[in-house]
Amino acid sequence: MTETVDPTRWVCPRPLRDHSAVMLGHGGGGVLSGELVEHLFLPAFAAAPDDARTPVPALADSAVLEVGGVRLAFSTDSYVVRPLFFPGGSIGELAVHGTINDLACSGAVPVALSAGFILEEGLDLEVLGRVAEAMGRAAARAGVRLVTGDTKVVERGLADGLYVNTSGIGVVPPGVDIRPERARPGDRVLVSGPIGEHGVAVLSVRENLEFGGDVRSDTAALHGLVAAMLAAAPGGVHALRDPTRGGLATTLCEIAAASGTGVEFTESAVPVPPVVEAACAFLGLDPLHVANEGKIVAFVAADEADAALAAMRAHPAGHEAAIIGTVTADHPGLVVARTAFGTTRVVDRPLGEQLPRIC
Amino acid sequence: MRYLREFRDPELAARLVGAIAAAATRRWTIMEVCGGQTHSIIRNGIDQLLADQVEFVHGPGCPVCVTPLETIDRALEIASRPGVILCSFGDMLRVPGSATDLFTVRARGGDVRVVYSPLDAVRIAAENPHCQVVFLGIGFETTAPANAMALVAARDRGLRNFSMLVSHVLVPPAMAAVLTAPDNRVSAFLAAGHVCTVMGTTQYEPLVAAHRVPIVVTGFEPLDLLDGVRAAVQQLEDGRAELENAYPRAVRPEGNPVARRTLDSVFTVCDRAWRGIGVIPDSGWRLADEYAEFDAAIRFDVTGLTAEESPECRSGDVLRGVIKPPQCPAFGGRCTPRTPLGATMVSTEGACAAYFQFRRLAPAGTAPRATGHDGGGRP
Repeated sequence: MTETVDPTRWVCPRPLRDHSAVMLGHGGGGVLSGELVEHLFLPAFAAAPDDARTPVPALADSAVLEVGGVRLAFSTDSYVVRPLFFPGGSIGELAVHGTINDLACSGAVPVALSAGFILEEGLDLEVLGRVAEAMGRAAARAGVRLVTGDTKVVERGLADGLYVNTSGIGVVPPGVDIRPERARPGDRVLVSGPIGEHGVAVLSVRENLEFGGDVRSDTAALHGLVAAMLAAAPGGVHALRDPTRGGLATTLCEIAAASGTGVEFTESAVPVPPVVEAACAFLGLDPLHVANEGKIVAFVAADEADAALAAMRAHPAGHEAAIIGTVTADHPGLVVARTAFGTTRVVDRPLGEQLPRIC
Repeated sequence: MRYLREFRDPELAARLVGAIAAAATRRWTIMEVCGGQTHSIIRNGIDQLLADQVEFVHGPGCPVCVTPLETIDRALEIASRPGVILCSFGDMLRVPGSATDLFTVRARGGDVRVVYSPLDAVRIAAENPHCQVVFLGIGFETTAPANAMALVAARDRGLRNFSMLVSHVLVPPAMAAVLTAPDNRVSAFLAAGHVCTVMGTTQYEPLVAAHRVPIVVTGFEPLDLLDGVRAAVQQLEDGRAELENAYPRAVRPEGNPVARRTLDSVFTVCDRAWRGIGVIPDSGWRLADEYAEFDAAIRFDVTGLTAEESPECRSGDVLRGVIKPPQCPAFGGRCTPRTPLGATMVSTEGACAAYFQFRRLAPAGTAPRATGHDGGGRP
């Protein structure tokens, strides 16, 4: 028998959540999102009697299922970005690239996507057409097919134009085993290029802010980049994640927590474009917390890190890649930045929502 | 944007650290007044660089931190009413009131909006004539000019559905309160550069003269802060007590005369309660009588609402520089950014939040009590 979810019983292992309603922060990809998954969804989804005692696996961007001797990666993501169009892309590109990237972070070769739309009554068909065409173009460029879909319409005022969900499947090649918990002490931490562009691009149009420079979303499909890395460093790529909501800091914290290791990185090694730095200074944001939609963070064995870096730099999606840090057995679960001044500080996930509806 | 990377240059920083080390014959206790400076010092580890020369004590200049609980409760009450759009800077949304916070009010259906300028709230009022639009006007002399401009704009446009919940605070009276406290340990101040951009520097001259304390107007980037410290330490070593401007690229002695004239016409100096500290005479601004019709506290009849602080929270001692955040028994245990007892643990400029966020892995010996809210392994 399934039990009703009772938030007042969310006591283990973390303290009781102090909100009885969904907050925007629950969608922010940070601490609150994690709590929702851990304390509400996972217990509810594992409620079937036969697997009630199944330990909770470390959560990856996609699930890998063995089906008929083939390892299939399966992932889903919903997109609620506002506005629908922004410099460098639209909700359409995000919806295709985002799910492809979640698959790619398991080392999978993406095969096909679904597309589910929730449309608001009154939405201009021209707008919907532009979004659909953007999705079609993005999928074609990525070599991934959109094979099934669904459309629902809700009354005017009950949705903000349109929301998109995409799910995707991919095939994990034999021998590839990429999971957050595989990061290990000694691994090098690589980032595939400059951070913060997507978040700042969306914010610049949403708030009508100008930051003294052109900034465009970095939205891009990254499975080609991942394939290049796997070819150059077979067996050396231990963990991959795309630093979307919550930014680079959140990704590093998540991998550190999942693998039981610590991460140390050099702040000045992280590529931050001047326009992102300026926008963050102006708005009181930390570039490490700002969303990306076309970057990947890789944890690679030390002896293969240079080969992986070279492969990334040779790929159009990674030509500004950099090694930013190392994994350590010290301070497990904590991420520590070395500043340009030689001092250190702990780097944390943002608690809740910094910039709602960024993707 | 210029003037950003230039003021984060590690080589110049090392030179300034060397100059401070060469000048200092003892360890000096210096208070940085502004929460933005606190954040920059802790984030960049400037206190680590100067561990042998300077003990930083963190001042009261975090607007979110010192806004009295009853102002928060009044905002929560107003935001909960139907037909109200409450606009605020994002920082205030997570600050706990007596029973709830603005995020929670919003999740329950209240129309609470984050804006980047009070003029956005005026625009929202013009676009929503059937709603009452309230801007939460808190902060120091820095944010006040924009709030004053919003009120002037609302009056010029005849917007009868716009009002402001005003709880402005002023820096010089707070510095005087720190200096006159019996447990004061501060031997020099880094004054808040942005406040001086608006107000100028002359209002600090009486403090320097009366207390023989060096006051150095200081910016916020690492090199700004190091240069401010260098000037303060040099004064202390020379036995001088002067008003000095180490932020001349942004601060003129007379401040911003246009902004000051607007402030004079919109606000009137009043006594003000500071969260965790208490009432400081002549330390705030309220709306001038000519603008009383825009006072949200009157319009929504919430002036009777009063509140009491958590007795466990020692943010007042933190804000006066009497203790460091990790010395508070609740720090990191009962009080975390997730479960804050006081605003200093919430605000991005709050000293407690800065220590919690950046210093859970401090060098051995200087370590604040290591703790974490992510369940990760800790030393």
